[in-house]
Amino acid sequence: MAELNRAELNAIELDGVVKEYLSHGEVVQAVKGVTLDIAEGEFFSLLGPSGCGKTTTMRMIAGFEEPSRGVVRLHGADVTNVPPNKRDVNMVFQSYALFPHMNVWDNVAFGLKQRRTPQEEIRRRVGEMLEIVDLGGREKRRPREMSGGQQQRVALARALVNRPRALLLDEPLGALDLKLRQAMQIELKRIQREVGITFVYVTHDQSEALTMSDRIAVMNDGLVEQLGGPREIYEKPASAFVAGFIGTSNLLTGVAAGGVLELGGGRVLVPGRDGEVTVTVRPEKITISLDKPDGDVSVVPGTVGEVVYLGTYNSYAVRLGDGTEVTVFQQNAHDATTTAERGDPVWLSWPAQHSYAIGSRTTP
Amino acid sequence: MKRLTPYLLALPSWMWLAVFLVVPMAAMASVSLQTGNAIDGFAMTFSFSNYADALGRYSTQLVRSLWYGGLATVAMLVIGYPVAYWIAFKGGSRKSVYLFMLLLPFFVSFVLRTISWGFLLADDGVLFGTLKGWGLLPADFHVLATTVAVVGGLTYNFLPFMILPIYVALERVDPRVVEAAYDLYASRTAAFRRVVLPLSLPGVFAGVLMTFVPATADPVNAQVLGGTGNTMIGNIIQTEYLTNLNYPTASALSFTLMAVLLIGIFIYARALGTENVLEAAAR
Repeated sequence: MAELNRAELNAIELDGVVKEYLSHGEVVQAVKGVTLDIAEGEFFSLLGPSGCGKTTTMRMIAGFEEPSRGVVRLHGADVTNVPPNKRDVNMVFQSYALFPHMNVWDNVAFGLKQRRTPQEEIRRRVGEMLEIVDLGGREKRRPREMSGGQQQRVALARALVNRPRALLLDEPLGALDLKLRQAMQIELKRIQREVGITFVYVTHDQSEALTMSDRIAVMNDGLVEQLGGPREIYEKPASAFVAGFIGTSNLLTGVAAGGVLELGGGRVLVPGRDGEVTVTVRPEKITISLDKPDGDVSVVPGTVGEVVYLGTYNSYAVRLGDGTEVTVFQQNAHDATTTAERGDPVWLSWPAQHSYAIGSRTTP
Repeated sequence: MKRLTPYLLALPSWMWLAVFLVVPMAAMASVSLQTGNAIDGFAMTFSFSNYADALGRYSTQLVRSLWYGGLATVAMLVIGYPVAYWIAFKGGSRKSVYLFMLLLPFFVSFVLRTISWGFLLADDGVLFGTLKGWGLLPADFHVLATTVAVVGGLTYNFLPFMILPIYVALERVDPRVVEAAYDLYASRTAAFRRVVLPLSLPGVFAGVLMTFVPATADPVNAQVLGGTGNTMIGNIIQTEYLTNLNYPTASALSFTLMAVLLIGIFIYARALGTENVLEAAAR
């Protein structure tokens, strides 16, 4: 019965959490009221630019910061004022924060020893965990004798070996180079599936968040701008901020009438919209052509500016009649027909479902 | 030429060491084996018995010096570690102010500071005189000319040399590492014992070295604050050298003291596990 209940409870709940600091005599709000439910076994990301409050939010879950207002719950239990050593969550720090005076084995065994786990069990669990993170045979190494990727895995093992209810990761891949980072992303996802623990992942790297997460909370200026799955956040950004922060996005603004937005000699389809509206279109959804396309699509004319060759695709900067600059990505497929050059007059078109009208919450 | 540059750059300091360290040491080593007197002059006789004589006559003071030096070092560690800890972790933006305050007494001469401690601790001085006047202390209470006064003076005078290296070591401890310990279920005590303390050991090692050695050899505190029963080896060396003009005995005592201290340091380093200490330092 207890097991059943636990499955129904959220792993982590934040309820109107606010964090205020006193800085030079002034109250600064780092987190301005965040309410989130993170489900058991979920890979959840807090995504946003530096200073958006994502790390502070995570540190309140870990217990390093006490919320000024609001409640933090772990599996239904209020832990708002519980110190970190009494919370059943573990953290992987940005700089790993490994114990420099201990070898790999002692680092990983630290939490179990603190909990007075029997020697035999410590030996077994540490050994198993080092196998999972592929560090078997390196037990006697010191952290500073290891590469960044290896230290990263020690940090992961040190946290996971305790089988916490949730694992908090604070930009854990930030210090690694691109290749290693991509490998570790897949590795992290594999480990998460294997151990079945809730992961809360803090990052400013949108591609990282999109790759790994079940759900993402996009944060800006101490608030959650949008909460949703990777596809939803990418395809249907809730605000101009989200649209701009996740990938590249074009913003078209104007006054719509009867579901059509007249723009610089063309028309953008915005079904069911009337009045002032801002529309986002992803650069890869737009087709670039020299002749005016037919059909029930959004069509706008423009002039090609910069053309940048980027390997798998070309990036075109197209200036519309009203001065708006639109970015278009065109795949370099073998049958690519379009060869628009700088100065060419072109037509841009995309199906109605790819222009997404957004709220103006953060539009100044 | 390029490969020689580092050596050339080091040359002045090597020469400095040679002229001002190796030469005087060699001269003193030679004096310690001579016999004679100040009027007729000294002659090299390889008289190793100088060492046996000196030790035989002054072993009490040598042992007392080590005892006082040790006591003062322990007192400095007990007082200094919390101070260093507090400045490093709770000092905030005022750290440099606190460090400056720590060094402020150095702007007054070492001897003068010790003498003013003498006034302070005098039987009928400002402190004890007043307390006795109020009847808070018995009339025959005294501190001056006791072990407490000398060890107290040593502790006071060398305390900053204990605090500074410990502070430097604690300052280098990454706060995230301490947080990691809390995160891994360590209580405050456990986090200190298993993480902060081991990481600060290089500082403790340096601090003990920088205080025990000069405190043991110091003549000023025993002279100013001690009585006839508190004479330390530094006083003996001073008297033999400057008053009795018995250079061989003074030199032999100096070398003996140096040898004892060096042996002590090696045992200490071994006991603490220098390898561990250095490893923690070189992260």
